[in-house]
Amino acid sequence: MTDTAHLQAHATGHDSASHAHTPTGWRRWVFSTNHKDIGLMYLVFTIFTGVVGGLLSGVMRMELQEPGIQIFHGLAGMAYGMDGDAALDAGKHMYNVFTTAHALIMVFFVVMPATMGGFANYFAPLMIGAPDTAFPRINNIAFWLLPPAFILLVISLFVEGVGPGANGAGGGWTIYPPFATTGHPGPAMDFVILSLHIAGISSILGAINLITTIFNMRAPGMTLHKMPLFAWSVLVTAFLLLMALPVLAGAITMLLTDRNLGTAFFKPSEGGDPILFQHLFWFFGHPEVYIMILPGFGIISHIVSTFSRKPIFGYMAMAYAMVAIGLVGFVVWAHHMFTTGLSLDVQRYFVAATMVIAVPTGIKIFSWIATMWGGSITFKSPMLWAVGFIFLFTVGGVTGVVLANAGADRSLHDTYYVVAHFHYVLSLGAVFSIFAAWYYWYPKMFGYMYNETLAKVHFWVMFVGVNLIFFPQHFLGLAGMPRRYIDYPDAFALWNRVSSVGYYITFVAMIVFFYATWEAFKRKRPAGDSPWGVGATTLEWTLSSPPPFHQFTTLPKIESTNAH
Amino acid sequence: MAGIAKNHDYHMVEPSPWPFVMSVAVFLLALGIIFWMRQWTPWMFFIGLTAVLYTMYAWWSDVIKEANNGVDHTPVVQMHLRYGMILFITSEIFVFFGFFWAYFDGFFRLDDVEQYARVAGTGGVWPPIGVELFDPFHLPLFNTLLLLTSGTTVTWAHHALLQNDREGLKWGLALTVLLGVVFTAVQALEYSQAGFSFSGNIYGATFFMATGLHGFHVIIGTIFLAVCLLRAIRGEFTPERHVGFELAAWYWHFVDVVWIFLFASIYVWGSWGVPLSH
Repeated sequence: MTDTAHLQAHATGHDSASHAHTPTGWRRWVFSTNHKDIGLMYLVFTIFTGVVGGLLSGVMRMELQEPGIQIFHGLAGMAYGMDGDAALDAGKHMYNVFTTAHALIMVFFVVMPATMGGFANYFAPLMIGAPDTAFPRINNIAFWLLPPAFILLVISLFVEGVGPGANGAGGGWTIYPPFATTGHPGPAMDFVILSLHIAGISSILGAINLITTIFNMRAPGMTLHKMPLFAWSVLVTAFLLLMALPVLAGAITMLLTDRNLGTAFFKPSEGGDPILFQHLFWFFGHPEVYIMILPGFGIISHIVSTFSRKPIFGYMAMAYAMVAIGLVGFVVWAHHMFTTGLSLDVQRYFVAATMVIAVPTGIKIFSWIATMWGGSITFKSPMLWAVGFIFLFTVGGVTGVVLANAGADRSLHDTYYVVAHFHYVLSLGAVFSIFAAWYYWYPKMFGYMYNETLAKVHFWVMFVGVNLIFFPQHFLGLAGMPRRYIDYPDAFALWNRVSSVGYYITFVAMIVFFYATWEAFKRKRPAGDSPWGVGATTLEWTLSSPPPFHQFTTLPKIESTNAH
Repeated sequence: MAGIAKNHDYHMVEPSPWPFVMSVAVFLLALGIIFWMRQWTPWMFFIGLTAVLYTMYAWWSDVIKEANNGVDHTPVVQMHLRYGMILFITSEIFVFFGFFWAYFDGFFRLDDVEQYARVAGTGGVWPPIGVELFDPFHLPLFNTLLLLTSGTTVTWAHHALLQNDREGLKWGLALTVLLGVVFTAVQALEYSQAGFSFSGNIYGATFFMATGLHGFHVIIGTIFLAVCLLRAIRGEFTPERHVGFELAAWYWHFVDVVWIFLFASIYVWGSWGVPLSH
């Protein structure tokens, strides 16, 4: 079977000669052309931005803990030196700015850089037996474009948004016009737009590099149909990035010229069409959600296989399910727009097409379960995160099928049910896959083993915390609580309080995470080359931990001829 | 890396300052775009643009040196470059896809019943009332012929290169560059005669955004070909090894094809049956 083939590969990556020219000091990182160093820079960046994005949502949960407005009028008062009704109004806008910044940071500066930047960069070349990526300098600029993009987003928080005394862009991550055009006369939205342009260029360049690497640099004997599933997931995701992000770039360029140069793209009075922006945005935005989750699918496949000591069930179906999800993901975008006045025929099509995606997704879920079936399972922490992922992603997927119905969506659109749905697939699905990858590959990346108990405590506390945050939001949404409001009627108080308590528990889990990471670096327990035993069959486990600066100076040969 | 025993043909690129420098330059350029659009100052834009252009020059100079040292650009590395270019062009196609979408959204959906607000703004017709169109068979057709001709001259240069006819290579490239420059000049002339503006109506917005972005790509492609011409004059490219030339030619054909779509859908189809005055 596919992955076991790699065990028989000759790995001769332990090459001491490569140490002679290893760049040192700040130049090693800033001028890097090394995929592992660049991957680590992505991960460090992601940890930083993840803290920022997580703290923003903490303030939101504190605000929503009780009915009424408790936090933001005070924050606005401090920021602008106002009080009374003026502070209240500024505070309401500031709440919107927080939700917007939280979403943009989590999507563009946490999940995407962690999966397609960090883990894909570090491990896709190792798994395919390549010495590096195809375009090392492009790889480096793809990373280094992210700090400027992030800085622009941060600047946007501190310049005028909807008016004097109301800084920042508060239109949600979807930045729909007219709120993003005439609704935000200040420059904050311009900073957001340029930030997204640069983050988008970064992702496109990264995608070009990864696709070329995976097509051209697989080790001798590794055909596409013997390639590890994580590399498959990265390949599919990179194609989605390549074809979706340019459309977003076009849409926000039109937004920029509508705002500043008087064009009429989204202005009905001059023949434009605000719904056009929604089409363009979601033509990007829907593939974008698969961009965030597909690398996680690849990661989970390896972890489930490793800790079940079985090859993944249905390798070919798993690979082509991801291809199918990627393809169909491009033709379902308007299910985000059921309430915009689409004709009934168009709605019918998008309902049906959307539900089709449940088929390949179901193939993945059932194949993970079938991989575990009859396996000799050990519940080490990466496996806990992986099983947690499967459960939480399935919950989010099932609510996705509910929302795919245009009729049901008429009632649920823009309620907390949607918030619960996409947080189950992303902040519980994608983020759990990121933590699973972190604990799975931590010994490989750093050469140390973390404290298993701490990792398990991190998992259980976080599992309880995030479920407590988001499960009650289903009830709130079904009861009719709308998204993106700072206040709500007393009837919604109970489940909002529970949700906020969930946040505090998750906060504790993050402290455990940082402590566990610090503890592992302090104790320096050597991890060994292949700490997970015989279940871990991909090529990265044939290398030292951490791998040499340049691995595979002699390419490994994939000898097995009886794959499948 | 040079000096390290490696038993494969991949290019282990030395550490390079240019990606980081470019990210700083892009940051300045982004700030410059905002500063200029907000009418604070145009200077930041020009500082950023200069930084970006300089870094491009320095970065690609390194790549050309690596291409010429006879070691780094092995057949598999040349294959990387081809894949990279095809993927880059794919992403470009999707940029144009967005702007064509905007155009057809106006063209096809102008009289939708639910779009009453825009119908009030445009009269419910295409082109919107008050917009005077170009005659597609005047300057636009001339430009189409220019670009198609330039497609043949670049192919002439390619075949000359393959047969080691250096003079043919240089003449073919020089003519292609010239045709590119003339195209840009004719486009500028056409813009100056437009009966509508970029701002104030959906037709001008979609027309100038789509054709303007295309014009920008023509300029990029012309520079790319001009660099190839300089390299040809310096004696670079052999019948066996000329990836840089190939990529420039691909890019030029891409620009050409985009124009065909623009010409067919915006200039010809968009003005079909509309009385034109010129």
